[in-house]
Amino acid sequence: MKPVYIHSVASISAQNTVDETAFLDDLVFYEDNVLPAIDPNYKDFIPPAAARRMAKGIKMGVVASKLALNQAGIDKPDAIITGTGLGCLRDSEKFVSAILDNNEQFLTPTPFIQSTHNTVGGQIALELQCKGYNFTYVHASVSFESALLDAELQLKNNEATNILVGGVDELGDHTTELFKLIELIKTEKVSSKALLESQTKGVVYSEGANFFLLTNEKDEKCYAELIDTAIFNTLKKDNLPTAVETFLNSNKLNPEHVDLLICGHNGDVEHDDYYEVLTSGIFSDTQQAFYKHLSGEFHTASGFGFWLANKILKTQTLPEAVKLNHVKNSEFGYVLLYNQYLGENHSFTLLRKC
Amino acid sequence: MEELKQELKAKIIDQLNLEDINVEDINDNDPLFGDGLGLDSIDALELIVMLDKDYGIKLTDPKEGRAIFESIDVMAKYISEHRSK
Repeated sequence: MKPVYIHSVASISAQNTVDETAFLDDLVFYEDNVLPAIDPNYKDFIPPAAARRMAKGIKMGVVASKLALNQAGIDKPDAIITGTGLGCLRDSEKFVSAILDNNEQFLTPTPFIQSTHNTVGGQIALELQCKGYNFTYVHASVSFESALLDAELQLKNNEATNILVGGVDELGDHTTELFKLIELIKTEKVSSKALLESQTKGVVYSEGANFFLLTNEKDEKCYAELIDTAIFNTLKKDNLPTAVETFLNSNKLNPEHVDLLICGHNGDVEHDDYYEVLTSGIFSDTQQAFYKHLSGEFHTASGFGFWLANKILKTQTLPEAVKLNHVKNSEFGYVLLYNQYLGENHSFTLLRKC
Repeated sequence: MEELKQELKAKIIDQLNLEDINVEDINDNDPLFGDGLGLDSIDALELIVMLDKDYGIKLTDPKEGRAIFESIDVMAKYISEHRSK
């Protein structure tokens, strides 16, 4: 089995994350319940003729993938693996609205073509003329981890050398309204700085694209080593400590080996207690961090967590804004990410310093 | 006719998402496909739907579009002769 390294990282999010040399230096704090991602200048990356048919999610995915590939110095990866929870929402909404508004007549092709979940992976491949393995995982809040797991297995088994892996989701106006109506999104505006104190149902919703170039060939530019990924569609709170210990044991580790636990707290009073099982339990003496007060919640927000973990391991610094407790470590060797959404689709991702 | 031409230019820019192009940038005789505006076959389908929806013109053979969508001039002339809306 070959090791797996993260060669490059790229993020487009509600924070200023496009500049690869910066690391949450210029934080944006919001007072809202929906956070649109900060747009880079798409024209710098995508020709206007191609961009005119792309909704924001596609543009974010294409640009984040380009940033990751450029940073790694790879022109064409062996495979492109994408994760998305809700796919190309804006074009889906446009297409379905047109069906309703025009009584199932006068349907135009563009939103239909662009509304499929694999549009982002397809557009990246088209532009790179990459005819290799191209797969899109759509599996709610483990969509990104599903893509990551696929890449990990291919690289460990030496079936590929360089794989582009990413997660992307976009906001759609109609879906956002529906999510507010059913209180998946908080009814009140919340300060980024006080997300965990909100004590209300629902989340602060957002969008973003996080792409990574994974390889089984180490070089000095690598951010971290991906040790393992595990996905659980259902997992009871009571079984969480055993599940994480089994995961760590299978990698010949114990909770004491973990230098930093990064959790996906999203301020939802009904489901953040899953994280507290670990933060107040077997990891109570471990340094802890969280990030969704910066990135917002969306089905592939854990991609932002993965970006954060890689940055921490490479720079060996933990930004003040993401600290969850007062435990301090002088060095970050192993970082464990735990994420779930609505108490379902749990994931553990384990990284090690290179 | 002049009003229809301006309307067509605005609709084409809006429906085909032609960023950075204004109504004034499109000349009446500019080819819409190829070297002119650079529209492609998907745009042709969008324009066929637009003719049906906005002007009541049904093109049963998509190949007809090749001649009709040659330029704004040709398009406007065809619409004014065949429109039912």
